[in-house]
Amino acid sequence: MNSIIGSNKSRSVVERTAQIIFIVCAFFAVLAVLSITVYMFLNGTPALTQVGITEILFGTVWKPTATDPSYGILYVILTSIVGTTLAILLGVPVGVLTAIFLAETAPAPLAKIVKPAVELLAGIPSVIYGLLGILLLCPLMYKLEQKIFAGSQTHQFTGGANLISAVLVLAIMILPTVISISESALRSVPASLKAASLAMGASKIQTIFKVILPAARSGIVTAIVLGVGRAIGEAMAISLVSGSSVNAPLPFNSVRFLTTAIVAEMGYAADLHRQVLFTIGLVLFVFIMIINLSLTRILKGGVKE
Amino acid sequence: MNGSIYEKKFRLSDAVLSFLINLAAAFSILLLIGIMGYVFVRGIPQITWQFLTSVPSTLKGTFGIAGNILNTLYIIVITLVIATPIGVGSAIYLNEYAKPGKLVRLIEFTTETLSGIPSIIFGLFGMVFFGTTLGLGYSILTGALTLTLMVLPLITRNTQEALKTVPASYRSGALGIGATKWYMIRTILLPSAMPGIITGIILAIGRIVGESAALLFTAGSGYLLPKTFSGFFEKILQSGGTLTIQLYLSMSKAQYDAAFGIAAVLLVIVLCINFLTKVLSKKFDVSRAD
Repeated sequence: MNSIIGSNKSRSVVERTAQIIFIVCAFFAVLAVLSITVYMFLNGTPALTQVGITEILFGTVWKPTATDPSYGILYVILTSIVGTTLAILLGVPVGVLTAIFLAETAPAPLAKIVKPAVELLAGIPSVIYGLLGILLLCPLMYKLEQKIFAGSQTHQFTGGANLISAVLVLAIMILPTVISISESALRSVPASLKAASLAMGASKIQTIFKVILPAARSGIVTAIVLGVGRAIGEAMAISLVSGSSVNAPLPFNSVRFLTTAIVAEMGYAADLHRQVLFTIGLVLFVFIMIINLSLTRILKGGVKE
Repeated sequence: MNGSIYEKKFRLSDAVLSFLINLAAAFSILLLIGIMGYVFVRGIPQITWQFLTSVPSTLKGTFGIAGNILNTLYIIVITLVIATPIGVGSAIYLNEYAKPGKLVRLIEFTTETLSGIPSIIFGLFGMVFFGTTLGLGYSILTGALTLTLMVLPLITRNTQEALKTVPASYRSGALGIGATKWYMIRTILLPSAMPGIITGIILAIGRIVGESAALLFTAGSGYLLPKTFSGFFEKILQSGGTLTIQLYLSMSKAQYDAAFGIAAVLLVIVLCINFLTKVLSKKFDVSRAD
């Protein structure tokens, strides 16, 4: 009958199914992260036991295709750490200052131009940064290299594809991330703090650097951590500007990052060589997981404050 | 007059710092103008009708990107067909069904983690899982499945944001006059959240168009157009390089003219996507609606 209380059976089945489908959808992300983790460990660990953990992680000789192969990836790991650190040191100050410009000092019409420009920078595909790196940065670096190492017998000339070029490209690529997150952190600082500081006689710049920046600390740390994640995971932009051999991370050396080693060699690698490349992927994955976990820690701490 | 409180004191540190702030902002703008300008100046002359509508031919010595454009479209469509329902469903569960607790935190944490994983890791995973374990090899489907995982957080998060802006009164109103929950979601929530969902989809398209590291070892680098009608379906299981992959390959072979042509095409797409998201978010800004 047409009772308003009685439940329609077929309708309740539909309701139930809808709910189950939504739950399944929601678990997809959990499943994806879980299987990526499992697969990275499954594929990354065999080489560790086969070659030896210390030999891989602390060996400095990378000759995977020699008759007596050697799989030391210490320099690759160090390059990623050094390169990312340098890129952060260059990119974060510029990024935070630009964020201050957008959030505090810029006249409104100017901010209206700068903000979309930054958003556009974030949308440019990474290979385009790489293309410009090769054609604009590398020739410059090559000239510099020729000047510095003019009389050197030992230096191997790289044609400009070196650590500095890669660091510069990375620094530019993390800018949009750092700017947009720092900006929203700066904007979320309560106006009363700013007003109080100005009323006490501090100048605008003093207020920004001594009151607003410290108050936005946790947001800026988040921006830096995300920048680190972006820089350490970037592959295609720097794969051609960083050079093509594994060396110690010195400014004018041709170097390989964790990411570029995989991109450059996965195409032809076989057997143990291929497994070692997966180990490199695993190292990168572990780095990223550490970054992700510290990020959630920071975000949680920010809520408590 | 000296010593007036209305007279501004000159501080050197203030001047230096504000100069640095302006310098940094100017740098960001000049960077964008420089990149866009350089790519367009070198790229636009390469774009001809033949460049857009043919495939590379060593016989005739010509170069074209029609195959890559088709591959890019394939990957965008397949990825979105899979990722959108899952992403939207996940957002609906998180926003409408789930009660706050460990489970929701786990799902949100993994979604967050998924968006932080670099594309090269997705590439490795896609290669061994979809390519080897599921036996799909280097194919457009492998690439699309890999990218599905990558754009999922983007769609989930945008849908969630959109659902949050739908006023609670809509929900209670619908439920109050007798609608069931699923009916309410289908007829009230989803249409209201549509702009947010579409924004998520457009952002996902942007991500797919610009992606290269995750596709290099999953979708491969095929560049030919299908010759027969059934070829259009078989193509899904064949290798196919997107525009970015072709750009990377051209650039590693030092064919810079072709590379700049593709780069200019990519930038035009990026500009369009940027413009579309701007228009959408302005048009459907719920907070401004009366």
